Amino acid sequence: MAMASLFIKVPTKYKIFILKSLIHFFALLPLINLYYLAVNDNLGADPVEAVIHFTGIGAFNLLLLTLAVSPLAKRFKFGYFMNVRRLLGLYAFAYALCHLFNFVAFDLQFNFNLLVDEIIKRPYITIGLTAFILLTALAVTSVNKIRRRMGKSWQKLHNLNYLIILLVAVHFYWSVKSEIIEPGIYILITLFLLLFRVKFKQFRVHKNKSSSIKNVGNGH
Amino acid sequence: MLIKNPKSSELKESAVTCEKVYRDRRALLKHMGFLGAGALLTSATKAHAGIFDLFGKEKRTVFSTEPLSYSQNAYSKNAFSNETILNNTISNNIDSKQVLTPEAKVISHNNFYEFGAKKQQPAELSQNFKVKPWQLTISGEVEKPITLDVDDLFNHFDLEERIYRLRCVEAWSMVIPWIGFPLAKLLKKASPNSRAKYVAFETLYDPKQMPGQASRRLGGGISYPYVEGLRIDEAMNPLTLMSVGLYGKTLPPQNGAPIRLVVPWKYGFKSIKSIVGIKLVEKKPPTTWNLLASNEYGFYANVNPQVDHPRWSQASERRITTGGLFARNRIQTLPFNGYSEQVADMYKNMNLRKFF
Repeated sequence: MAMASLFIKVPTKYKIFILKSLIHFFALLPLINLYYLAVNDNLGADPVEAVIHFTGIGAFNLLLLTLAVSPLAKRFKFGYFMNVRRLLGLYAFAYALCHLFNFVAFDLQFNFNLLVDEIIKRPYITIGLTAFILLTALAVTSVNKIRRRMGKSWQKLHNLNYLIILLVAVHFYWSVKSEIIEPGIYILITLFLLLFRVKFKQFRVHKNKSSSIKNVGNGH
Repeated sequence: MLIKNPKSSELKESAVTCEKVYRDRRALLKHMGFLGAGALLTSATKAHAGIFDLFGKEKRTVFSTEPLSYSQNAYSKNAFSNETILNNTISNNIDSKQVLTPEAKVISHNNFYEFGAKKQQPAELSQNFKVKPWQLTISGEVEKPITLDVDDLFNHFDLEERIYRLRCVEAWSMVIPWIGFPLAKLLKKASPNSRAKYVAFETLYDPKQMPGQASRRLGGGISYPYVEGLRIDEAMNPLTLMSVGLYGKTLPPQNGAPIRLVVPWKYGFKSIKSIVGIKLVEKKPPTTWNLLASNEYGFYANVNPQVDHPRWSQASERRITTGGLFARNRIQTLPFNGYSEQVADMYKNMNLRKFF
């Protein structure tokens, strides 16, 4: 308890620093560790499958975390949470990039004919790639300069995050052989976080009408 | 001059290059669990959390396998080297060199949903499996029904080694030195009658020993007991093997102890493990994966690069051997997994797109 009350007194910029350090630690280190083990053939019998699954599920987890940031910040009044959302989003993009690279480089081994074939023929790959392209757009426009220049259209573009996470959920569900429980849990968490968003939006509209308070924490 | 005649046993020695993987397995699984449990959403990564026992004590019994005596089989050797190497853009080096999949990988990368649907789970969750006592019954349309106990499996027939490719429907493959005897020998002992058109196989159903049968989460949502089937001519084909061992020893549970089927020209899921019943029948028997998704998994399930799985290509495969992430292991998949010469005749008047 003493620790907790101590932490509350820490200036916000240090809190952000600590939070960002934690994110770097938990997102970057496992990735380095993963590739170190995989390159040395220490990641089970099929390191290719292992790195694909690991980075794929990692990207999904990070996307869910970015989606959880603003509800958490609002619920517990941790305003500084909002300052790490971009970092989480960028790590989600980094994991997704690794996921795609693993598939192309280590699974298909740069057989581009096969790649094109798979993208066209396999709906779950088409969907996954669509999600990745959209996520790339978000990552690129996350730079402050571009964000400012984009004005209002920036928020519109970044609302695509909701579409992206749905695509990712379908991509995961569609890719498994018979197990539905794990993808099912993921879909539930996704829907839960999206539902939050809908509620918040409705609530905000209502509030704006009645008291015309300027909307401060725009919900992503 | 010293002329060395390599024996089958020497072959396996040279191929076991990856013991390190096996020994480090616990450690590396923990590393994987580290991210699953630590970094992200713990509730959604239960499977990782299960192996994330950083603070738990390592107490693990390992199923003990026993050495077998067997002969090298000339026929199976021919079957392996007769394959035609295709000219294609994808490297066929691995296949032409006949590199065996290291034993450590053969026994740690398994699809045996009875012990968990993730590849490493069967090796993790099967080590207390009991193969004694065991009963295998051969019944149905036969003159002389047979019941074999576990010792009979190893003593009733001459054991031989057969090096076969195993092509999984998930588009990865291995090369495995099995030990066993032809299914035909076993069936002939029971004298099938004229109504015996198909052979139905059944895996042990024992949820107490097989956690995947007890838990839907572990068992991947397929129905149990696992059942498979072959047409009688497929069952009688000399390539069709009842395997009781690999790499010179009895089978570990994750590979289907004490006895399993090996049908090398079909996708791996046809090669049913830990068999307790073989029944000769008149009508085509149900098969587990076909029951789950008949548009994705057929009764025949012959390896066929021309007919894709609805969700992925079957034109090529990744051969699991040594080498880490950078192993160039993608090779062309061969019709009937390279065993056309021995088996294609059985299907000559069939539309293999329809009967996939």
